[in-house]
Amino acid sequence: MQPEAASPVIEFWDVSYRVAGTQVLSGFNLKVRSGETLVLLGRSGSGKTTSLKLVNRLLTPTSGEIRVKGVSNAEGDVIRLRRSIGYVIQDVGLFPHFTVEKNIGLVPKIEGWPEDRVRARVLELLQMVGLAPDLASRKPHELSGGQRQRVGVARALAADPEILLMDEPFGALDPLTRDELQREFLLLQQRLHKTVLFVTHDLREALRLGSRIALMEAGRLVTVAEPREFLRSTDPSASAYVRAFGDGLESAANRGTS
Amino acid sequence: MNVFRFMWQNHGQVLELTLEHLRLVGFSALFAMLIGIPLGIAIAHRPRFNKPVLASANIIQTIPSLALFGFLLPVPWLGERADRLAILALTLYALLPIIRNTYTGIRGVDPAVVEAGRGMGLTESQLLFLVELPLALSVILSGVRVAVVISVGLATIAAAIGAGGLGEFIFRGLSMVDDRVILAGAIPAALLALLADFGVGWLERRLQPR
Repeated sequence: MQPEAASPVIEFWDVSYRVAGTQVLSGFNLKVRSGETLVLLGRSGSGKTTSLKLVNRLLTPTSGEIRVKGVSNAEGDVIRLRRSIGYVIQDVGLFPHFTVEKNIGLVPKIEGWPEDRVRARVLELLQMVGLAPDLASRKPHELSGGQRQRVGVARALAADPEILLMDEPFGALDPLTRDELQREFLLLQQRLHKTVLFVTHDLREALRLGSRIALMEAGRLVTVAEPREFLRSTDPSASAYVRAFGDGLESAANRGTS
Repeated sequence: MNVFRFMWQNHGQVLELTLEHLRLVGFSALFAMLIGIPLGIAIAHRPRFNKPVLASANIIQTIPSLALFGFLLPVPWLGERADRLAILALTLYALLPIIRNTYTGIRGVDPAVVEAGRGMGLTESQLLFLVELPLALSVILSGVRVAVVISVGLATIAAAIGAGGLGEFIFRGLSMVDDRVILAGAIPAALLALLADFGVGWLERRLQPR
């Protein structure tokens, strides 16, 4: 690994987030390194999604600072910031009135790319996420759940962002489709080396996809560990998580990478 | 039939009053959309204001139409010309369905779609014009349809203050106790209402996002 590959791309500096009297996140510190897939793991309400939305400023922290590529994300234009970060959510949120092509090509088009370049990029992305080019003219409701999420990933990659935020992207899929998409995610990541912040509550998914796993509980960061370390962690919350998921996890840990 | 013979004999006037009627309805629908759609969008984005705005539009709706025409009569610039006054009153009546449906339509857009759009870096106006309005369009249009159909009926009352339209025939027929004259106003008005209902309904289906 080159030394700069380890430099942090996303940094949380003592971040707290409070809404309507509830402390969602407190004293959160975390650094996401360039090219790694950092998985935020935790149960519902632990603050994973909130952390993610703080990065692209869908939410603003009550205190603390988030730096993206070394610069506080509170500075500068929020629209530019968001366009430089890919965002994938569980419900996908494809525009139902647009074709697949328009969905994927929207940001490049708004950014003023010429028509033929947008078209070429869309076809390249469809291939990249394993979809046939003739799907380009379909509407989202004509696709299966797995295809829709692939389009969601393609759309997030459209303007070639360095950073990807993924909020339980495979959570709503059936087990077989999920397995397929996880496998393809790993292959894609081997090629693209994006800096990925990935939210899930599924330990297996975390072990399989993550370079590192950050366990969260009640708005706090409990521990950060590489998948194999995580399994052996003596931290009570981590080992409780491991116990809940039972046997066979060792084989799940980073099957795909390297 | 007597009615149709009467209408044929007076076809020039039937046509003229129908056009007058259309003008009243057309302008009021236009103004109601120009005011109601932005207002509906605004309250959909700022839910704090939705109660007072919808309540006001509701209250306007409860004022009897003849009374509203009467109330507006002494207003300086408006009172000079009966048609201005009629257009204003009809606009006020048409507001509620348009505001309410715009609000409902925008609020009904899948939150995941809006979140994804915002997250990928659409500006608020891009989000509105590329995503929210197209997806809410058929709901908004069904509000417009209701508004127009109501206006066609209400506009007949505008004749009571001398604003013209097909109500002229109806009021004249009432005072002459002549069914033919009443129907000469009522039939074209009913046809206009049906036509408007069908026309906007067709547009609504054409523009359905899925």
